[in-house]
Amino acid sequence: MAADSLLWRIGGGGMLVAALLKITVVPFGEWTLFDFEAGLVWFNAMDVLVWAFVWLVGWGGNSAHALVGGYRFLALAVAYELPLMFALIAPAIAAESLNVGTIVAAQSELWFIVWMPVAFVIYSVGVVAFSVWGPFGSSLGSDIAGGVAAELSGVDRLVFFAGRYGVLVAGAAFAVPLFLGGGSGAFLPEWSWSLLKTVLVLAAFVWIRRKIPLMRPEKFMEVGWMLLIPAGMLQDLLVAMVVVNR
Amino acid sequence: MTLIGDVMFWALGVIAVLSGVAVFWVNSMARATYALAISFVAVGLHLLLLDQAYLGVITILMMVMEMAVMAVYMIMFMGMNPALMPMSMVHDKRLSLVIALVTFALLAAGILLTPWPAGSPAPTEGVTMALGEALMESKMLAMIVLSPVMVATIIAGVSLSLHRGRYDRYGDDLKRPKADDPQPGGVGR
Repeated sequence: MAADSLLWRIGGGGMLVAALLKITVVPFGEWTLFDFEAGLVWFNAMDVLVWAFVWLVGWGGNSAHALVGGYRFLALAVAYELPLMFALIAPAIAAESLNVGTIVAAQSELWFIVWMPVAFVIYSVGVVAFSVWGPFGSSLGSDIAGGVAAELSGVDRLVFFAGRYGVLVAGAAFAVPLFLGGGSGAFLPEWSWSLLKTVLVLAAFVWIRRKIPLMRPEKFMEVGWMLLIPAGMLQDLLVAMVVVNR
Repeated sequence: MTLIGDVMFWALGVIAVLSGVAVFWVNSMARATYALAISFVAVGLHLLLLDQAYLGVITILMMVMEMAVMAVYMIMFMGMNPALMPMSMVHDKRLSLVIALVTFALLAAGILLTPWPAGSPAPTEGVTMALGEALMESKMLAMIVLSPVMVATIIAGVSLSLHRGRYDRYGDDLKRPKADDPQPGGVGR
């Protein structure tokens, strides 16, 4: 049985493409590359692509360690993706729109992070997890010789890891219009506030990388389904009740 | 639709059909799975061309996710992991061909014989809202019937394939205070 280099290369190159496609719907001040009616769902669809790409890299190399890594990622993905979806729903309910610009506009008086802290935390867990980052990095773990990335070298490795950093940055950038009021702020122009907040969120993600111990996929499964999903649903219920009575 | 729209529509149609054919042509589960994903992504992009923003993106989202879950099933339910080896993607060819042709004929006949509404202008804005209202109002009964059937199917499927049930975890009289799991879960149940 031979390595499937076609699927392997699609997976490795795909991460960066997914990251760039995510950023297209993020508004920076008055500019949005792709001002899409369903921008929130677009972001969600692109982060599901990461499922496919990480697994394909793990599969394509025809290496046992990489394959184990690919399946570790899928196990984590099944646990983090549904809570992440419930977290994404909260700002959409509050803004009554799936358009990212409208979600920003709905925060002109109060940032969503103030009354949706649970959704923000779950969203951040999701971003860190789909970036195979820090506590969710077991599919790239050194205990399985680098896991998914075990067979990657040279430019393949460069592109894969650029894509991995890319999805982390895209996740941090998307938190800004979703929970942190987009470009709103004093003195500076809107686009610079968006960038500044993105850098702050990203710095927090980078900081927690070694602060939280590694999540084992089989343990995090129960955390995701027994804690995060109910918490996310309660948050959505609260937001929906506020919106209905407004 | 504009000329570019027409070209894209037909190109996506060809991609959808060809990658659908590839599902049965290739000899690897991984390639078949992701050929199917490409086919569905092309259909999702079709829906985007028809100005169905939400439906188009949600189709791409669900189908790519589903194919990743398929990769989980590949090793979960297929004994001795033949899924990881090269294998033929067609089984029981004669019956499958008959079923495929009959289904195709039925669906095609349905498309040709349905009296489609003609002449009314397509809604240009608020398509997602209109869809939500249709699902929650005029088509609510269908959704109410569908949901329990789907949930029952999922629960039946899971309970049939379950490796360890509650009697394994909590003992024959279900009185064990803490579940006896080979791998403990994350919240200490």
